[in-house]
Amino acid sequence: MLELRQLAYTQGDFHLTADTTISAGFTALIGPSGAGKSTVLNMIAGFLAPTSGQVLWDGQDITALPPARRPVSILFQDNNLFPHLTVAANLALALTIRRPDAAQRRRVDAALAEVGLEGLGPRKPAALSGGQQGRAALARVLLQDRPLMLLDEPFSALGPALRTEMLDLVARLAAEQGIQVLMVSHAPEDARRVAGEVALVSHHQLHPPEPTDTLFATPSAHLKAYLGDA
Amino acid sequence: MAQRALPLIWALLVAGLVIGPVTAVVWRAGGLAALGPAEYDALWFTLWQAAVSAALSIALAVQVARALSRQRFPGRGLLIALLGAPFILPVIVAVLGLLAVFGGSGLVNQLGAMLGLPRIDIYGYHGVILAHVFFNLPLATRLILQGWLAIPAERFRLAATLDAPVGRLLERPMLRRIAPGAFAVIFVICLTSFAVALTLGGGPRATTVELAIYQAFKFDFDLGKAATLALVQLALGVASALALLRLSPPDGFGAGLDRLQARWDGRTGPARLGDALWIGFAALFLLTPLAMIVIAGLPGLLSLPTEVWQAALRSLIVALGATALTLTLALPLATELGELAGLLGVAVSGLVLGTGLFLIVQPFMRPADAALPVTLLVNALMALPFVLRILRPELDAARADYGNLAASLGITGPALWRIVLLPRLRRPLGFAAGLTAALSMGDLGVIALFADGEHATLPLQLYRLMGAYRMEAAQGAALLLLMLSLGLFWLFDKGGRADA
Repeated sequence: MLELRQLAYTQGDFHLTADTTISAGFTALIGPSGAGKSTVLNMIAGFLAPTSGQVLWDGQDITALPPARRPVSILFQDNNLFPHLTVAANLALALTIRRPDAAQRRRVDAALAEVGLEGLGPRKPAALSGGQQGRAALARVLLQDRPLMLLDEPFSALGPALRTEMLDLVARLAAEQGIQVLMVSHAPEDARRVAGEVALVSHHQLHPPEPTDTLFATPSAHLKAYLGDA
Repeated sequence: MAQRALPLIWALLVAGLVIGPVTAVVWRAGGLAALGPAEYDALWFTLWQAAVSAALSIALAVQVARALSRQRFPGRGLLIALLGAPFILPVIVAVLGLLAVFGGSGLVNQLGAMLGLPRIDIYGYHGVILAHVFFNLPLATRLILQGWLAIPAERFRLAATLDAPVGRLLERPMLRRIAPGAFAVIFVICLTSFAVALTLGGGPRATTVELAIYQAFKFDFDLGKAATLALVQLALGVASALALLRLSPPDGFGAGLDRLQARWDGRTGPARLGDALWIGFAALFLLTPLAMIVIAGLPGLLSLPTEVWQAALRSLIVALGATALTLTLALPLATELGELAGLLGVAVSGLVLGTGLFLIVQPFMRPADAALPVTLLVNALMALPFVLRILRPELDAARADYGNLAASLGITGPALWRIVLLPRLRRPLGFAAGLTAALSMGDLGVIALFADGEHATLPLQLYRLMGAYRMEAAQGAALLLLMLSLGLFWLFDKGGRADA
């Protein structure tokens, strides 16, 4: 369970606060661009230090930990794979920064099989399609085996059909492995499709998450302003 | 914090390597009062020839760049690529090529003799300017071509639909913006081209400050005078570096210069003829000396004296050492702070550094014994600003694209360099290494102050052969030097591209 305790971030004119608990299996952060969705994610991932407040995971304060020491894995918008390394080498980095041993190589192969990329380990990322690259990145995140998975507008380079397919895959595999997912999205339809709860980021704050159905059925004034009349 | 401290320590180290010799120069110089009329003449000639060379290069380059930008013809891409070559062409090799064309018994004089024209003499101020135009016309053309290509295609379309004069509407504003920076770059290059002045200049009317430093060492053995002259050169360098910082001119490394724009001007007969003549002139002027090096060098290449091969080996070692040192210094320095430290290398010419190092070394050992390490160090420092300029944008991009991914995977410190940054930098590293190796291989500068026959590098050995009028051996050595310089560049650059 993720807790943001009186978290605040200020830089110049930009100001954002968050004070809430995020506990659903799959939570989506939505909101207008520039509101600070990615800022929240970056503070949780450890790329950005909050001005004040704490990030807690299962009651443990992780605010001061470097990114790799947090119970967190992350899928970025793009550049999820190092283009100069093979897919297998990219995946192995989730396990070790040295040469992987036989057991680690078997785990890499198993992870590839799980996302439907059997036998593609020796290829460079450029030799994969966009969808396959997304799957490879997902396999790496699964190998990292962290209890919280962050998705930063994932698969936004893919077409709508492929993106939906990938999101379903993420949701299914994460649920199977008991990983909690927090996704930043600019597409409310994605959030409605896969997220159990949705939190709106607007007007300088992260609003507490609500179950997706009730949130969209009885939208608040802030959410209405963001969604428009459509 | 160790991540932050390393660039700072490195920057201080590089600054120290520059400031140490400069301090020695200032210490020994004892003020500018020691300057006599000969030194003021050298200062005046240095400024004058640099201004004339830069102005001529720009004036010619405008014509050539215009022709290249609006005409399409077979070999256009190749010609534009060749315009990048003089940067890594050893100066002394080019001088030998120019001598084969414009020298006493060169092509032009042979042709002139048949037509009954008076002989021309390449030695003196016009030889210095000729060589400078040879080296800088290509650079100027590339810089100005960049300006032309930066004009948005819509503007040319607009001009075509209005039937408006492209020259007044588009070209002149572009040139007003580009030309001052290009002039400044070439002016600064011409301030510090010691090898050209050494080989083609000399005498009271064609001695630059750097040549005067050399003469103070070699002919007068007057270290005080050399230091005073070095101080003058240092002032020139600092002033011009500050001016360059203000103008922030474009650099000529840009790729994609062989792009073609859709143009509707320059379609008339006279315009096409004029453009063809300018392109023909540029190609002939630049390629004939190069062709002459190959043609004249081949016979001598097979029977090179042993000392040439020994010198070639020394040069190779110095070039590879300088390359390794430059990259070692450059990688941690590829930050904003580091680029400032690297800029010191622009302000302080190789000969000024050499003078300072000579003053430091001389009480302790025979300068000739220090010749090769000093040359290696100075070559590395001289290449550093270029290398930093090549590496820094690529390093910034690699950090921006993959920094967070690496951090989330726990890839930090040395592993970050090994797994992420060095592989991402492979191409620019190969290019930078090739550039450094070729520049160092062909450098005839500080080595001339230090070395004797036993410690000569290949360019110095070549100069000695020329001085002894052993022209066949000199021409063979020139071809060897050309092949080694271009070969080193090609090898490193290709190494960076392989499997990328």
